Amino acid sequence: MKNKYSIFSLIKNALSNHENWQRAWRDPEPKKEYDAIIVGGGGHGLATAYYLAKKHGMTNIAVVEKGWIGGGNTGRNTTIIRSNYLWDASAGLYDHALKIWENLSQELNYNVMFSQRGVMNLAHNLQDVRDLKRRTHANRLNGIDAVWLNTEEVKKFCPIINTSPNIRYPVLGGTLQRRAGTARHDAVAWGYARGADAMGVDIIQNCEVKGIKRNGDRVEGIETNKGFIKTKKIGVVAAGHSSVIANMAGIKLPLESKPLQALVSEPVKPIIDTVVMSNAVHAYVSQSDKGELVIGAGTDAYISYTQRGSHDVIEGTLKAILELYPIFSRMKMLRQWGGIVDICPDASPIISKTNIKGLYFNCGWGTGGFKATPGSGDLFAHTIANDEPHKLNAAFNLNRFVSGDLVDEHGAAAVAH
Amino acid sequence: MSKNLRINKNNFIDQTIRISFKFNGQKLFGFKGDTLASALLANDIHLVGRSFKYHRPRGIMTCGSEEPNAIVQIGNDPSSTEPNVRATEIELYEGLEAYSQNCWPSVNFDIGGINNFLSPLLPAGFYYKTFMWPASFWEKYEFFIRHSAGLGKSPTKPDTDLYDHQYAHCDVLIIGGGISGILSAKLAAEKGLNTILIDDKNCLGGSTIYQEDDCFKINNDYSNKWLKKEIDNFKNYPNLLIKKRTSLAAFHGYNYLLAKENLTDHLGANERKNKIRQRLWKIRAKKVVIATGSIERPLIFNNNDRPGILLSSSIKKYIDFFGVKNGNEISLFTNNDSAYETAISLNKSGVKVNTIIDIRENSTSSLVKKIQKIGINILWGHTIVNTNGYKRIKSINVQKLSANGESVVGKRIKINCDCLGMSGGWTPMVHLFTQSGGKLKFKDKDYIFIPDMNKSPSDQISVGSCNGNFELDDLISNTIKNIKIFLDLDKTIYDNLNVVCSKESEKRNIWLLPSDKPLSKTKPFLDFQNDSTAKDVKLALREGFKSIEHVKRYTTTGMGTDQGKLSNMHALGIIADTTGTNMGDLGTTTFRPPFTPLTFGSIVGRNVGEFFDHTRKTAIHDWHVENNAKFENVGQWKRAWYFPKNNETMFQAVQRESKAARDGAGILDASTLGKIDIQGTDASEFLNRVYTNAWSKLAIGKCRYGLMLNEDGMVYDDGVTTRLGENHYIMTTTTGGAANVLSKLEDYLQTEWPELDVYLTTVTDQYSTISICGPRSKNIVKKIIPDLDLSDVNFPHMSFKNSKIDNVNCRIMRISFTGEHSYEINIQSNYAKDVWIKCMEAGKEFNITPYGTETMHLLRAEKGFIITGQDTDGTLTPSDLQMDWIIGKKKYDFIGKRSLYRSDTIREDRKQLVGLLTEDPLEVLEEGAQLVEDINKKPVEMLGHVTSSYFSPNLKKSIALAVVRSGKKLKGKRLIVPMENKNINVTITDTVFYDKENKRLNA
Amino acid sequence: MFIINCPYCGERDQSEFSCGGEAHIERPKQPTELSDDQWAEYLFMRKNIKGIQFERWNHAHGCRKWFNVVRDTSNDKIHAVYKMGERPPLK
Repeated sequence: MKNKYSIFSLIKNALSNHENWQRAWRDPEPKKEYDAIIVGGGGHGLATAYYLAKKHGMTNIAVVEKGWIGGGNTGRNTTIIRSNYLWDASAGLYDHALKIWENLSQELNYNVMFSQRGVMNLAHNLQDVRDLKRRTHANRLNGIDAVWLNTEEVKKFCPIINTSPNIRYPVLGGTLQRRAGTARHDAVAWGYARGADAMGVDIIQNCEVKGIKRNGDRVEGIETNKGFIKTKKIGVVAAGHSSVIANMAGIKLPLESKPLQALVSEPVKPIIDTVVMSNAVHAYVSQSDKGELVIGAGTDAYISYTQRGSHDVIEGTLKAILELYPIFSRMKMLRQWGGIVDICPDASPIISKTNIKGLYFNCGWGTGGFKATPGSGDLFAHTIANDEPHKLNAAFNLNRFVSGDLVDEHGAAAVAH
Repeated sequence: MSKNLRINKNNFIDQTIRISFKFNGQKLFGFKGDTLASALLANDIHLVGRSFKYHRPRGIMTCGSEEPNAIVQIGNDPSSTEPNVRATEIELYEGLEAYSQNCWPSVNFDIGGINNFLSPLLPAGFYYKTFMWPASFWEKYEFFIRHSAGLGKSPTKPDTDLYDHQYAHCDVLIIGGGISGILSAKLAAEKGLNTILIDDKNCLGGSTIYQEDDCFKINNDYSNKWLKKEIDNFKNYPNLLIKKRTSLAAFHGYNYLLAKENLTDHLGANERKNKIRQRLWKIRAKKVVIATGSIERPLIFNNNDRPGILLSSSIKKYIDFFGVKNGNEISLFTNNDSAYETAISLNKSGVKVNTIIDIRENSTSSLVKKIQKIGINILWGHTIVNTNGYKRIKSINVQKLSANGESVVGKRIKINCDCLGMSGGWTPMVHLFTQSGGKLKFKDKDYIFIPDMNKSPSDQISVGSCNGNFELDDLISNTIKNIKIFLDLDKTIYDNLNVVCSKESEKRNIWLLPSDKPLSKTKPFLDFQNDSTAKDVKLALREGFKSIEHVKRYTTTGMGTDQGKLSNMHALGIIADTTGTNMGDLGTTTFRPPFTPLTFGSIVGRNVGEFFDHTRKTAIHDWHVENNAKFENVGQWKRAWYFPKNNETMFQAVQRESKAARDGAGILDASTLGKIDIQGTDASEFLNRVYTNAWSKLAIGKCRYGLMLNEDGMVYDDGVTTRLGENHYIMTTTTGGAANVLSKLEDYLQTEWPELDVYLTTVTDQYSTISICGPRSKNIVKKIIPDLDLSDVNFPHMSFKNSKIDNVNCRIMRISFTGEHSYEINIQSNYAKDVWIKCMEAGKEFNITPYGTETMHLLRAEKGFIITGQDTDGTLTPSDLQMDWIIGKKKYDFIGKRSLYRSDTIREDRKQLVGLLTEDPLEVLEEGAQLVEDINKKPVEMLGHVTSSYFSPNLKKSIALAVVRSGKKLKGKRLIVPMENKNINVTITDTVFYDKENKRLNA
Repeated sequence: MFIINCPYCGERDQSEFSCGGEAHIERPKQPTELSDDQWAEYLFMRKNIKGIQFERWNHAHGCRKWFNVVRDTSNDKIHAVYKMGERPPLK
């Protein structure tokens, strides 16, 4: 059993000069065979392993990660968590995740700093108002706490927004989800890794998948830079690299991997106490506990695996930020970076079996996967363990692209695709 | 009180111009040429701030952009204050006011200093392990965490300064105006290349420009004198653009670089008026020379963070460049020869250097010999085990290092000093190279990462000390050799330079220096701003954080505003030592742009306020403004929304306009609708393929409504297209969809159907559209164009005629979006306003009423006409819209056809467009409201939503359009619209509410 | 930001262009003959290659012409540009 984290363990360890803390997770070499292998050690992959072990008793499993855990989009996103999606299927999925978030620090005994400071989406034209009201009504009936705010209420909730009617695209109102908020991204990966490891899951870093071994229509294992590992079940949670893994298995996915950028400012004392998103002028901003303004930019419109986007996108985003928050003009960009986001045509994810037996994909989260991490892991674990989707992820199957039963969430997904 | 530590010698500070400034409210003086840091130091002020976590007193540590501690708030005006400004970078100006950050009530007495005593409880990552009980309390803990974090304060009022952008294209861009940059610029300019040289300081020459010593000579001149002549000679090159006060921010792919030029931050308030504050240069360079130099490393030992401890090279710059002594009794601590240069400078200026502590056993370089000759005490093989003094260093404890350097032996010596310089060697500034995608290689001898030129991602080169050439002779000869190859030069003016320089003995590298106390009882800081220590790194490793990125994130090392310029290498070194790994195999963390923080203002430039986005206005816009129109934004367009009279509310105005349009005549500016001119022998076939319905049989002079789908079968756009001639059509699109429709059509035409002879031209801006509707519309058009035959026989609904108004050609279409008898006049835009006024005058007697988009929406809803984008959302097929009639079933193919027959798209229980009537005719539904059958069923089953809703003045009741699951079959069914505070009963109806027989079209 | 050598206009900044995704996915000549699976393959399934990709670009803020680009998506290096209908190089 790992030592439990608490103020008391901190005091106790302080007395021994912090020399006696245990490893948060082991650093094992891969075994020859596992009951299941999760490809991708991001938040979703680690959560999948955690729930496979915890809820489905599958402890002879491994997570293989090409680099270091949490080093992909988990460590690169702007940490927004909300569930105010339009369609029932999405609302069900994301609210399932949100409910897990609400108790995740305690569940993992790792402070993921889920901070329910609210997420507000702004409307800037009449169609925005219609769309956001539609979403608010749908959320309310789905039991998701969304309320509509008029312009004065928007201003009251976040006073630094420029709500003047004279700006180019004035704020005409907004929808607010108070249970929504942000969390500490690294902690999510580390917390799940520590939890999964404690139950016996092998987390194998610097282990790159080079091939998927198939025998007819079923999988037999993975080829890696650490050798061949046998398994009957492979859950791929490789985000931007999903297609790369899919190609190894000889299948194609309805995905395009594009650069998505984000940036932070230098840290300042508290100035914005919530998360504000604006689709129409394309800006979203929050402030981290450290004091940095955390700003999400848009995607570039081309495929790239470079983790770099074009400067125009950064410029466009900051333009919108200054339109809504002219007080930030003298704030300084400290750091910008890019991730690779795998985008589905309907801006909804895939948590699905494939035509190959034992091969499962969890991908297509596009620009907004972080918020779903716990729910995604839970439902993907269910799908892998039972070889059947849970009812909450049934709609997010691969077959929807054949039947046409898409879950179009372009309106709610927030970043223009 | 503060003392004056200025010495009277120097070429760089103008001691005739005294500048007054305030620090924490205290009035002080400096001179022109000072930075805030040099001016503070001249006033003997070292303590300028408190650290992030432990609130330890911190002083100025460097003289450049790597400064981790001396970051201040400039000014207190709510619109122009600036947080987190490095005192080492900002130039002094008259009236500058600076404040310490992150301390309360003051930098001298800071309550947060208590954290220093709690530090045993606050190791790396402590917050992941606690604050979890009780569960609901995180937000309360977080409140305190947030308020104690953060550094400076954001402005609270809009910035009034101007920012600008400038594009530059050049043959060669040289980044850095130190000696290697100067040499490169000279060679490039000499070859006649269009060259740009940028440097972040206001003075070129880097550290060589104040290097005046016998040990460093070029062509028998002091290195600084020689370099000065070279710089003075730059004015002879018209092809060389020099930008000072310009720092390179980002090096993107394809040699696209961003540089920020500071234009007013060094000026007094009076001189700034009407000037641009900062300019962002967007540079495309054919070739890039990186000459960004290197920065000195601190040494990692117990309590290495006290005010008064500086980098040794910074002490040298303060004395040689700024003429400022950093103390009166200075000790130096080093592992290489650089500190001896500082000692020589101090000695020359009459400052006492009491001891040099050198962890090496000896050195025989000329610099060291010189110091030995002067008689300064050198403690070979010693290290500092502790420093004393809370707000300013007072003394150091020194002990002899063991042979392996892992512990200390012998007696502890105490040495008093009021300033300590440390030199841990040099770190090449490879940030820009890696930003551009370059890979680094590790040079074992110097413990440095340098660019691997074999893996250079673009046409670029790194020269000078950023390429690992630290000694003057190597630096010069390598720079010249490499630039000759890079720029393809044969002979250069520098081929026979004679360089003399002190040759360095090998440095002795110990990443973490031992103390006489166990590590756990010491505080050897790595990242001074974020308060992470060597202990934190070791703790992270113990806890299994193996990757350098994990260690960085867990300990926050390198995540301050200096982005780890001083700390990254030590963190790597300690990881390598602790884990027994080769540093070269560890790799570095990613250096992300920008190199130094960049204001949002400079990134955005002029694109603020009214320039945030283009505003498109119709040719008739001014008339609307003069007539009190309210506008709505539709895409980039400003469209007249409604025209209130007197004190009318929007509701009243729209009711009046709607009534007038049906009773007399209404007039609408429809110019924003997209218009695409389609010509070519295959134009009809093209339309067959892009619209769902058939076009081949449309007669010349006739108009037809068309629906365009996405390839996935969902409705994408709609509009009326008119056949102007055998091979000539004009298509209209929605306002918002115009650009996308054109792109999409071009895409199909060029890539899928190149065999079609069709040409597309947008004429949206060229033609304006005035729509006149209502029973009196005919009378009005008759008055304007008396000779046009308006009889229903010769000019029926859905047809068009060429005509003239006052000798100006125009096209008149009889098409209607309101269900009324209507005409659309299309005329060249420059005549549009005149024609509009003419229509208004002609219509006066018929009560012609201008109406806006809101009335248009209401009138078309009365007729059940859809608006794509409002009644559709990209998930509806034509059949879902009850428009099966528009699908050309006999057509072999059209865009999206195949998708209409997928298993899901043929389902009968899809959401379908219906009409809704409320039980209470006065109750107007909210657009976006949901529809349910059984409100008590949990979870609530939502059947659809209201897409359009109005109070119809013509029907005197509320009407709405909605999409409802299986709606086609549900006519007459009662549903509920559940609102927050009430439930509204509605009945599903037909989508056409008004004039179902279409009698009014020909009325 | 790349520089793209438009085959009609020459080298221009990437910001003048828009990307149309994977190239050489020909629209089926007889869509009605296809199964739902085959149609979905055309509509949605993409190689999404990490490495050398053949893709379509449009000089949207220039000559408005569509053309093909060979680009390495792992480092954004452009290897070739060719007109619609021309034979792809280095395939």
